Amino acid sequence: METRVMNCIMCPMGCEMQVTIEAGKVTGVTGNTCPRGLKYAEDEITAPKRMLTTTVKIEGGILPLIPVVSSAALPKDKVLACAEALRNVTLKAPVKEGDVVVANILGLNVDIVASRDME
Amino acid sequence: MSQIYDVIIVGGGPAGLSAAHSAYENGAKSILVIERDRELGGILQQCIHNGFGLHHFKEELTGPGYANRCIDMIKDVPEIETMVDTMVLDVAKDKTITAVSPSKGLFKVQGKTVILTMGCRERTRGAIRIPGARPAGVFTAGAAQRMVNMEGYLPGKKIVILGSGDIGLIMARRMSLEGCKVQAVLEICPFSNGLTRNIVQCLHDYDIPLHLSHTIVDVKGKERLTGVTIAKVDDKMQPIAGTEFDIECDTLLLSVGLIPENELSNGIDLAMAPLTNGPVVDQRRQTSLPGFYAAGNVVHVHDLVDFVSDEAEIAGKFAALEAQGKLADETREVKISAIDGIRTCVPQKLSMPKAGEAAKLFMRVGNPEQKVKLVVKSGDNVLASKMMMVAKPSEMITVEIPADKVELMGSEITVGLER
Amino acid sequence: MNFFKETDVVVIGGGVTGAAILRELSKYDLKCLLVEKEPDLSLGTTKANSAILHAGFDAPTGSKKALTNVRGNAMYHEIQEDLDLDIKWCGSMVAATTDEEAETLKELLARGTENGVPGLKILSKEEVLKEEPNLTSVIAALWAPTAGVCWPFGAAIAFAECALQNGAEIVRDCAVTGFVKEDGKIVGVQTDKGAISAKYVINAAGVYADEIAKLAGDDSFTIKPRKGEYILFDKTACTDLVYGIIFPTPTKTSKGILVCTTTHGNTFIGPNAKDVTSKEDTSITSEGMNEIVNSARKLIPNLPMGQAITGFAGLRAVSSTGDFIIGASEVEGLYNAAGIQSPGLTAAPAIAEDIVNEIVAKAGFAKKTNFNGKLPKTAKFTHMTESEKEAKIKENDLYGRVICRCETITEGEIVAAIKAPCGARTVDGVKRRTRAGMGRCQAGFCGPRVTQIIARELGIDVTEVLKEEQGSEMFFHKLGAEGDK
Repeated sequence: METRVMNCIMCPMGCEMQVTIEAGKVTGVTGNTCPRGLKYAEDEITAPKRMLTTTVKIEGGILPLIPVVSSAALPKDKVLACAEALRNVTLKAPVKEGDVVVANILGLNVDIVASRDME
Repeated sequence: MSQIYDVIIVGGGPAGLSAAHSAYENGAKSILVIERDRELGGILQQCIHNGFGLHHFKEELTGPGYANRCIDMIKDVPEIETMVDTMVLDVAKDKTITAVSPSKGLFKVQGKTVILTMGCRERTRGAIRIPGARPAGVFTAGAAQRMVNMEGYLPGKKIVILGSGDIGLIMARRMSLEGCKVQAVLEICPFSNGLTRNIVQCLHDYDIPLHLSHTIVDVKGKERLTGVTIAKVDDKMQPIAGTEFDIECDTLLLSVGLIPENELSNGIDLAMAPLTNGPVVDQRRQTSLPGFYAAGNVVHVHDLVDFVSDEAEIAGKFAALEAQGKLADETREVKISAIDGIRTCVPQKLSMPKAGEAAKLFMRVGNPEQKVKLVVKSGDNVLASKMMMVAKPSEMITVEIPADKVELMGSEITVGLER
Repeated sequence: MNFFKETDVVVIGGGVTGAAILRELSKYDLKCLLVEKEPDLSLGTTKANSAILHAGFDAPTGSKKALTNVRGNAMYHEIQEDLDLDIKWCGSMVAATTDEEAETLKELLARGTENGVPGLKILSKEEVLKEEPNLTSVIAALWAPTAGVCWPFGAAIAFAECALQNGAEIVRDCAVTGFVKEDGKIVGVQTDKGAISAKYVINAAGVYADEIAKLAGDDSFTIKPRKGEYILFDKTACTDLVYGIIFPTPTKTSKGILVCTTTHGNTFIGPNAKDVTSKEDTSITSEGMNEIVNSARKLIPNLPMGQAITGFAGLRAVSSTGDFIIGASEVEGLYNAAGIQSPGLTAAPAIAEDIVNEIVAKAGFAKKTNFNGKLPKTAKFTHMTESEKEAKIKENDLYGRVICRCETITEGEIVAAIKAPCGARTVDGVKRRTRAGMGRCQAGFCGPRVTQIIARELGIDVTEVLKEEQGSEMFFHKLGAEGDK
């Protein structure tokens, strides 16, 4: 059994919760004000996910970089690897907001898309 | 002078663009937006993280995505003209605006009304008097963010961030994603001014220590920064001797507050509010000088761009109505005082027409609070109220006074917390 | 011996003293060259000081300080127009707050008159308040109408540019490492870029002047660095502070903390005086800040601290002799201009004249007939009329792009500062020449843009652009993005 302290981020309350974990599963949560805390704790323990926003190089645009965003949240432990992979990508202008920059990044079934137009 | 515009908007960030669109929707026939940067969108273009737009556009957007929405709303509207790479040098009280650009040279335009949406600037090292050497490697967080996200350079590789507001936290994650080592985030207050979500996702995710009640007491390095000495502070925010320790870094990012951009507002002697550092406005976002409106971070610094858009739409609407001569009815002034836990409130006054008019208030509390009731009163009459589970200085709160409450309003109203 | 440059006279040190000397040398038919160890001129004492052109009542009568101060002040009045110098002749006051201090004013008046300072007089409390309404605790003041404030780096650069247009040469990033001698006589200097031949060498190396002299075999004096810290206020703060130069009445131990305007309408308080061990220690300290704030409050009780925009510190070059050291050293061929602390900025043109006259008298260099003492005027956008602005942008559209919004400095002015004869190569160099970054945001907004303009104009990478000294690079390449331009 393991106890972890975490802040719920579902609302501005930011409840500090004590989460007990057994065999990779949440067996108890205290400190939360509402049931969303429990759900958040379970997601954070079993499959934490994060959105990724970063930039990639672009040639021929008004700027040397274009901002990009993941089309859905990525497994938390893969975020840095995705950011690293994107450092080696170079696009050519023009690019439209929503254009897929890298499809199915690292085989995670999430696309990386441009978050602005670049002429 | 070639043309008299119904509405001239100084600043093409989210406030200016939202104001322009709202002015158009409210009947203005000629609207000019003047932007000093090479493109519209303002500071959002460098805020590449997500989390914008949930209130205003009902979808989660990145900063550039939010900017794109604002730009899309105005770009094919023939009534709206935009100028980029153009700097306003002077705004005169007669609403003549002098501006320069490389392509147009120096020129003057006149507006029936003017909306000031110049945004804000970052507080610098000098303003908070950090002692020590003055080497290269000390940047404001926003300046560094622009270099990293738009120009393609890093300010350094081993980073310390002073200030745990959202900008500081976002930059901590951003630098980590770029492969830099963020050594620590320092906060002089005993609490962070950032969202819990950002503390979790920007600091905890990357194992970045947050030192609350700490500040920098020495900056080291002759040519380039080599480190900082930090110390714990007492409850008067003074460093406690003996608590000092060193952190090695080549870069110090300062996220120590934002100040409304006041140069043009001061130039026309607008009445200024000391706590918000921006012009005094009424519920229509009209300033002390008739025909001049102001909205967004130039009035008071926001945490959510969504509220900037909301406020700018108000300013755009009333500027457009005034330009069309539709605001002729008489109004009486009602003063708003922030009391009991509320530190600031915008607007600072109401200009109430006889028939009444809804007024949305944007406030900040002075200290973190739990389970409080926000109450807007005139004398004993309650005009609006709202229960809040939590209230934090970093999160703006809003409440609307309905139009039909005009009957209950004396010459002064108060906004405060009941515990 | 291989010399990479052949000259008659080498000046070591590109502060205001060295630059003024170089200009004075360029009036004569000779080959002169200035070496500066840093990437820009005026990085020593000239960079951080009170910027005051003193009237000259302070130094003991007959001292080199007094003589060169009074003459230097008069010379600035004469050359201001030709060199396009930024000077505000606002006069200075020594403010007395007690009867005892008021007595001291009389001593200063007598000394000043003896020193030859024109126009000194004692003002009553009413007369003081008419000029400076915030000096409520002052009971009398000594008024010196010939004092002023200048833009010290601008003065150094103007002297240098005037010298350059008259055939002088300047080598920056060039540190002197030794001297070349023949039969005990100096015939050149050794630098990290190679040897330079010279019949005469003038040592104007600021806080390092003793070390340079020692390299030549002259250990007759030492220079100790004495730090002075300052706090600078926003331009809008003057209404709460002062419009002119206000000295407190000096005591035996201290000249005190002044409250003073700048040429561009900011106000500063400072400096304190603290002996330090390192000749590179220009850090600001909490104690120092507190000291100057507390002292300044004696003159202005309600300091608008919220309007402070920056703090900085400079080092005075304090000589072991107590006075300026000007003239021939015991080592043949070496001339010292050392220990040039306050009033050195004021005295610089007079020091230059004295030291060059001494060399000319010995060497017999002839005066040029074609010396051009007039510099072309720098186009300052904010000072132009609207029609001048229009015309300037038509001629060069970069004057239509404002880069520093606090001070309204255009890209045109920044490019001109980089392309000038002794042009800026660093971000702070641009700042000193144009004021871009001197305003209330302290380069937070324009710093990165200025960096990019410097890279473009000098044809170097952004990552090579320096803030100030070698090693003060501003930006790095992103990982995996090497070669991005």
